[in-house]
Amino acid sequence: MREMIKLFVVITIFSAVSGGLLTALESGTKERIEYQQLKFVKGPTIKHIMDGCSNDPLVDRFKLLDGKIERSFFVGVFNGKRDAVAFETYGKGFGGDIGVIVAINVETDKIIGIGVTTHSETPGVGSRAQTDPAFGAQFKGLAIDQPFRVKPDGGQIDAISGATFSSRGVCGAVAASSDIYKRLKPKILEKIKS
Amino acid sequence: MAKSVVQEFTKGLWNEIPPFRLVLGLCPSLAVTKTVENGIGMGVAVTFVLVCSNMLISLLRSIIPKQVRIACFIVVIATFVTVVELLMQAFTYPLFLQLGIFIPLIVVNCILLGRAEAFAAKNGIIPSFADGLGMGIGYTLSLTALAAIREILGSGTFYNIPVFGPSFKPFAFMVQAPGAFICLGLMLCIMNMLSRK
Repeated sequence: MREMIKLFVVITIFSAVSGGLLTALESGTKERIEYQQLKFVKGPTIKHIMDGCSNDPLVDRFKLLDGKIERSFFVGVFNGKRDAVAFETYGKGFGGDIGVIVAINVETDKIIGIGVTTHSETPGVGSRAQTDPAFGAQFKGLAIDQPFRVKPDGGQIDAISGATFSSRGVCGAVAASSDIYKRLKPKILEKIKS
Repeated sequence: MAKSVVQEFTKGLWNEIPPFRLVLGLCPSLAVTKTVENGIGMGVAVTFVLVCSNMLISLLRSIIPKQVRIACFIVVIATFVTVVELLMQAFTYPLFLQLGIFIPLIVVNCILLGRAEAFAAKNGIIPSFADGLGMGIGYTLSLTALAAIREILGSGTFYNIPVFGPSFKPFAFMVQAPGAFICLGLMLCIMNMLSRK
C-alpha cells in the first residue's frame, strides 16, 4: 500500500511541475507567437490587399468582442486618413474552411480588397481562389452591404471554372464579414478614431 | 563500465549513430529530410530535447520508482518537446511550419525513450550529458547527410542555393517518400561496407 501511494505521489509531482512550467512558458511566449503567426500567415495577404498604406497594419491592430468571439482588426492609413479596416472570416470550401481577409473602407463602406489566407482546397483547382488575382479583384469596390453569391447561385461573382465550391466558400466568407461589419461598425469607428 | 566521457560522446557519432546503427527514429528522418534546412532544424530540436531529458532523468533516477519509470520519462520528454515547440513558434516560425507535426511527434521518437531507458536511468549526469549530446549530434549529421543527397538530386539545390545550372532536370523522385527509403537503404549499405573490415 505504501508503495502504491509513493507511485501516485511521484507521478503527480512530475505532472504538476511539468504543467506549471509549460503554462508559464506559454503565457511568456504567447504574444510573440501571435505576432509571428500574423507575420507569416496573414501578413503577406494583409500587405497585399492594403497595398499603398503608410502604416504597418500588423502593429496597428485592435481587438473587439463579437458576442463571445474575439476578433482582430487591422487598421490601414491611406492618404493620411485612418479609414481602412481589415479582418479575417471563414467560409466553407470544398476541403474545409477557407480563411479570407476582407479590407473595408469605413467612410464609403466599400471593399478595398480581399485575399485568401488559409485553405485546404484541391491544389491547382480550388487553390486558384488564393492565387488567381482576377477572382479576388471582382470584389474590389463592391459595397459591403449586399449579398455575395456566385453567378450560378444568382449572384454577381464569376466563379472560378471547375471550382464552384471554393468560389462559393470565398463568397460565404465575404458575406460573413459583411454581417460582422454591420454588427460591429459603431465599435470599429470608435476604436479606429482613437 | 568505466568508459570515459569522451567515449560516451563519440559512440553516438559513428558506432551507435542513431538512424543508421540503432535504426531508430526513422519516421521523422524520412519525412523531414527534403531539404538540408529542415534536416538541421529537426536535428537541433531532437538534440536539445535529448540532452535536457537525459540530464534530468539521470539526475532524478534515484527518486523515480521502477514501476512507473516509463511514465515519468514520457512526462519529462513531453515537457521538453513542448518547450521546443513553443520556442520554435516564437522565434523560427517558417521552420516550424515546414516541420509541422514532426516536432510534437519527437515525444514518441524511440531515440529519446531508448536513451533514457538504456543509458540515463543507469548513469550519472555527466556521462548522460555526453551520451545525449553525442547521439543528438550524430542524429543531426545523419539527417543533414540524408537531406543533402535528397535535396541536391531532388531539387538541384543545397540549403536553397542552386548548385547546378538551369539545364539541370531534378529527380523529383528523390524528394518523395520512396526516394527517402532508397536513399536511407543505400546509406546503411555503405556504412556497413565501410565498417566491415
